[in-house]
Order: sequence, then C-alpha cells, then structure tokens
Amino acid sequence: MLAQLARGETGRISEILGDDDLAIQLMEMGLVPGIDIRCIGSAPLGDPLEFELLGFRLCLRRKECERIILQDD
Amino acid sequence: MNQLLVALVGNPNTGKSSLFNALAGLRQQVGNYPGVTVEKKTGRFQVDDTEVMLVDVPGTYSLAPTSPDEQIAVHVLLGTQPGTNRPDMVLCVVDASNLARNLYLVTQVLEMGLPVVVALNMVDIAAERGLEIDIPALARLLGVPVVATQANRKKGIDELRQMLAGARVESAPVVTFSGPVEHQVDQLVEDQSLPEEIRNSFLARRLLLDVTGSLAKGLALDGNAEKTFARAREEVGQDQRIHGLEPVVRYGWIKQALDQLLVKRETIKDAGRGRLDRLLTHRVMGSVIFIVVMGLLFQAVFSWALPMMDVIDGSFAWLGSTVGSWIPPGALQSLVVDGVIAGIGSVVIFLPQIVILFFFIGWLEGCGYMARAAYLMDRLMASVGLSGRSFIPLLSSFACAIPGIMAARVIKNRRDRLTTILVAPLMSCSARLPVYVLLTAACIPDRRLLGGWIGLQGLVLFSMYMLGIVVAVMVAFLLKKTLLKGPTPPFVMELPSFKLPSMVVVSRRMLSQGWDFVRQAGTLIFAVTVLVWAAGYFPHDPLVESQVRERYQPRINLLTDGVQREELQQRMDAEINGEYLRNSFLGKMGRMIEPLVQPLGWDWKIGVAVVASFPAREVVIGTMGVIYNLGSDADEESATLRDHVRAAHWDDEPDRKVFTIPVALSMMVFFALCAQCASTLVVMKRETQSWRWPLFTFVYMTAIAYLAAMVVYQLASLF
Repeated sequence: MLAQLARGETGRISEILGDDDLAIQLMEMGLVPGIDIRCIGSAPLGDPLEFELLGFRLCLRRKECERIILQDD
Repeated sequence: MNQLLVALVGNPNTGKSSLFNALAGLRQQVGNYPGVTVEKKTGRFQVDDTEVMLVDVPGTYSLAPTSPDEQIAVHVLLGTQPGTNRPDMVLCVVDASNLARNLYLVTQVLEMGLPVVVALNMVDIAAERGLEIDIPALARLLGVPVVATQANRKKGIDELRQMLAGARVESAPVVTFSGPVEHQVDQLVEDQSLPEEIRNSFLARRLLLDVTGSLAKGLALDGNAEKTFARAREEVGQDQRIHGLEPVVRYGWIKQALDQLLVKRETIKDAGRGRLDRLLTHRVMGSVIFIVVMGLLFQAVFSWALPMMDVIDGSFAWLGSTVGSWIPPGALQSLVVDGVIAGIGSVVIFLPQIVILFFFIGWLEGCGYMARAAYLMDRLMASVGLSGRSFIPLLSSFACAIPGIMAARVIKNRRDRLTTILVAPLMSCSARLPVYVLLTAACIPDRRLLGGWIGLQGLVLFSMYMLGIVVAVMVAFLLKKTLLKGPTPPFVMELPSFKLPSMVVVSRRMLSQGWDFVRQAGTLIFAVTVLVWAAGYFPHDPLVESQVRERYQPRINLLTDGVQREELQQRMDAEINGEYLRNSFLGKMGRMIEPLVQPLGWDWKIGVAVVASFPAREVVIGTMGVIYNLGSDADEESATLRDHVRAAHWDDEPDRKVFTIPVALSMMVFFALCAQCASTLVVMKRETQSWRWPLFTFVYMTAIAYLAAMVVYQLASLF
C-alpha cells in the first residue's frame, strides 16, 4: 500500500482502484501501472503525504493513497 | 493584415503566465468568462503583417474535464465557449523539467488536427537538474515545431513569435490506441444518428474515452448520443478494461518516447534551487519556514499597511477640511465633507491592505509556495471540513476579510470556497481591535493571573479572537453538513519546485485586483457611506443648535482669558454635534431600539453607536465620541473617551453605570461576531455572484452576535 512506504522508499504502481473521477485524475497525473513512486514524507500532523514520480512532486491524503496498489503488496 | 487566434494551453506551474506576458507585453486584457469567476486573459502581438491574438486558457492537466477550469479549457479549444472564437492554432506550454506529465496534455491536443506549436519552457531548470532534451528529436516525434524558451528571461520569445505567425502544419495524433478502440472511433464518425459537430475522430475518441461522462455533460449531449457512446464503450470493454485506458496507453507511449529523447546527466549537487527545495520540505525546517512566512504575511497586512492607511486617513481629513472651508456651513458642506469625501476615503483606505496582501499572495503563488502552505495546513483544515487551500484566505481575514475573501479564488471546489468565504468575516479583523482596546482598557481591571504571567486584559482580548475562530469552526462544520453538503473533494495537488516569480506578473495581478475592488466595490461602499451620513445628519433642526448656544454663550462672554474661551467654545461645538446626532434619524433609531438592546445591557447611546457602525465597524469609536460630546476626533487611545466611558451612567439613574464588565463583554462579543462591514458584504457579492450569500451572512452573523451578546451579558451579570 502506498501509505505504507517508508520515507525515501520507492514502490512500483500495480493498479489504481476505483471507477470515479478521482481514479482518472490520479492516472492522468502519471500514477499508472509500471510507474515508480517515491515517498518523500508527510506533513507535520501526519497527513497529507508527499511523493515524487516522473520528475515532480505530488501530495495525497492518506485516504486517497488507499486507491494506489503497489507491486509486491 | 492576417489575423490569427492562438490558444495557450498547458499544465499549471509551467510559467504559462510569464510566457503570455513575454509574448503580448503590455497589449493584454484580463476579464472573466461569462457566468463564472474564471479569469480570461487575452493579448496580441504583431509579426510582419500578421496580427496574432492570444487567449490564455486555465492551466489543466488533461482535456478530460474534472473541474470547471478544465471544462473551460476544453470548450475554448473546441470553440464552444461563449465569449471566444474557435482558435486557429494552439500553443502548448510545456515544463522542460517535467516532460513526462506535460506531454500527456500535448498528445491529447495533437489529436485535434489544429496547427500546434510547443514552447519548451524553463529549460534552465531542466539543465540544472541535469536533464538534456534532444529538441529536434522531440519535434520530429510530435510532428510539430518545438521552441525552447525561458519566459522569465525573455529567451526564445522572438523565435516563438515567428513560429506562431508562420506555422501552418496541422498536427496529427501520435498515440495509437488499440484496434478495438480505433474501430469504434471509425464507426462513431460514420454514425448518422449522432450530431454533426461530434462526428470527427477527435471528439468521437474523446467522448468514447470519457468514462465519467463529464465531457458529455459539458457538451450537453442528448440521451440517444450518450447511449450510443455507452454501447461503444461496452464493446471495447469486452477486449480490455476501458476505465483508465487512456492514461495507461498515453503514458506507455510517453515512456517509450522519453527513453529516446532524454539524457540525464549527473546533477550538480547542492545547486541553489535544490538546496532550497530540500530546506522547504525538511521535516522541521519546513514547518519553521512556514511559520515565519505566514507571520510575515500577517504582519505585512496588519502592520505595514497601517502607516499607509494613516497617510490616507490624514490626506482625506485634510482634503475634507480644505474643501469644507470653501463651502459655507450647512447641509451641502456636511454632505461634501462628511458624506462624499469621507465616503471615497472609506473605500480608498482598504487599498493598502488589499494591494499588500495580493502582492504577497501573488508572489507566494508564483514561486510555488502556496501549494506547500496548503499541504502543511491541510490536516488542520480538513478537521473542520475544509482543505489546506482555505488556510491563507482565512489567515488573511484576521487582518481584513476583504482581501481574504478575494484570495479564496484559489479554492477550486465550489462548496469549499463558499464555506471559506462565509466564515471569513468571523476572523476578528483589524477594525475590531479599536473596540476591544477601548472597552478592555476602560472596563476590565488590570489584574494579573497565574502568578503574574497572564494579564486579565490580555486574556479577554485573546478570548475575543478565539471566540471568532470557535464560532467559525462550528459554522463551517454546520454548513458542510447542511446547506453545502457534498462529498469531500480530493486533495491531489502538485507541489511545484521553487521558482523565482516574475515581478511583472505579480505586480500586474496585484494592481488589477486592487483596481477591480475600487471600481466594483467602491461605488457601493461609497453609496452606503453617504446614506449613513444622511441618517446621522437629518433632520438637523437649527433649534437644537440655538438651544445649546443659549446655554453656553453667556458663560463664554464672561471669560476674559483667550485660552479658556477657546476651550469652552470647543466644548460647546462638541455638545452641538452631540445634540444633532442624538436628534437625527440615526439617534431616533437608537432610542427606538433601546428595548431590543436592553437584554444585552446596553443603553440607547450604545445602540446608536452600534447601528451607525453597521456599514463600517470602526465608526463606532468616533460615533461614541460624538455622543459623549467629545467631538468626532476621539479615538480608542484617548484618555478622555476612556474616562467618559467609565463615568457614563444611565439617563435617569445617575448612580447606575452603563459600562460595567458584563456590558463591556457583551459589546465586545457582539462586535466579534456581527457582520458590520458593508464593504465585506459587497465583495462577497462580487465573489459569489449573488446577493443571496452576503444577505445570508449578514443575517446569520447578526443573529449569532445578538444571542451571544445577550447570553454573555446575562451570565456575567450573575457574578
């Protein structure tokens, strides 16, 4: 699970769950199967989380991270 | 003269605004798309005998619209957006340091069949990161011209202008979808039952891939057409998963393409920008920097604006007295001085705060820090049902709700934005401070608690601020549960790297927002000020003045000392002003509502001051000064006003003081929670495009303020 990546750890995306706008939005931003995503850290209160992929940084709330399944999960 | 309409598209944070400015220079205009608060920027430049007109489209990540901004972008490109013509050409602005994601939109645009030019912007940042892009290869791959630019340094601009004026090559799709998909597209193009405008491969493919139906809705597709596409999707779905098909296929192509184009060299570690980025995202330092930046923002609007506001105040006062001396005393003089000039002054006085705040916000947005601030504050904001984007508008409202409400434009989600706007006035703004200061100093004993650490007066002041926050949290929570109910919007947000913003872009936006405020809100605020003046002036029965003169004149005549005469004369003038106010419509209104305000512990004089301050709460101090016969120059610091407040007693009961602690508390609570700012309500109308919301705010805040003040007074009186 994406939210379980340790700070600095990289995972490879296996699939994005859901059929709604959010799932499409995530995929359009580059979160598609096969892409590597690295965890940079979290905000002071633990949420949202910050990631790096395809050369840019993205933040996601923990709840939204539940959609993102990594390989070898 | 050839004319060409070029639409500028691109992801957010690609320097599109800088590029637009670099291309169009001074020849640009900012407006709104009809019916929405989305900014529409147009500009023009000339190359030889071709005039190129530019229209800037809101930054978007994809042509599959998931937000109102993206809908507008799609419609502008299709030529179906009211207010703009179909563009002849598209200029795609791409962030060179972020090529993969940026190319997503480009591959979509290429399918439109229009001439396309790609501007590869921010090549310097890419170079810093060690990214080298084979530009000719990229151009060959995309089938369209690619021009490297550095918009903030104006590099590559001339070349880009030439390319735009000259390019005529129509783009062609580069990403091929699977057999089944293309088969369906071909069939849909031939399908006679579909509307003519849709039967081209670009729109057919887009509508086919539009799994969430947002494009279909945006194009107002009828039921039959929707069914046709749904069926087509089902057929594709038998071979492969249709949902998410588009992003997977496109990024697959992009990955392959970039493997050939991109060369990543060793980055120069600790390049200035990299260091700054690491500092901003550092666990501890990131938060420290955030607090410092927010503190600066707050200080800037709160304190730095003050000297300018004082200058404006002084200038208008000088103007008022100068012009006043040209007109003989009477209704006209009062109208011009106290009505018109004071009215204009009351609008202009907001400008320093608005301008400073927008400069700051524009700068923060331009350098990419706004996103980071929203990210840091999101957890806190989410606990009340909002998102991190609401933080800065609400923080700014502690200085003044007007720029705070205007700053809420950055909040994309309509319900979140509305909630933020509706609770912003509860943040105790700087205009409430004089009331707090006067009443605390006059009525709250100067005791120290907890062994001298906390002063009672300071504690009361702090409580008033906290009260606003607490009520705002409750109101926001309630709104999100009732009127503005809806699913929690996602918080998927790009965190751009730090870039030095273009001063030109920032300044221009700041000035245009300041001017917008003056032009639109200004007229209404001015009208309200004149109305209040009239209510406080008329009927202006000269008998009132002569009665006061009759009492004073004999005593003045008896005095021989010039200084003493002057003093008594001034006291007479002040009492005359007081009598006029007490006998005006405003004064009569105050006396009429006395039964209403008695449960709050107030007498009619407080009632008049409060009613007079509904259009602008800072007026209350001056009005109280006039009512207590001190003339209109008294301010919250004046010792005499403070003394008068302490000594004030009820009309028929010389032993019963008006300003007891419960009364002071109830008055402060009322001011903390009441909507006493016509300017704020006017700006709210402009930002929400309806009078419904300012009216709602006025009603709910006044009701809460009244009830809270009454409860506080009644409870405090028990002790």
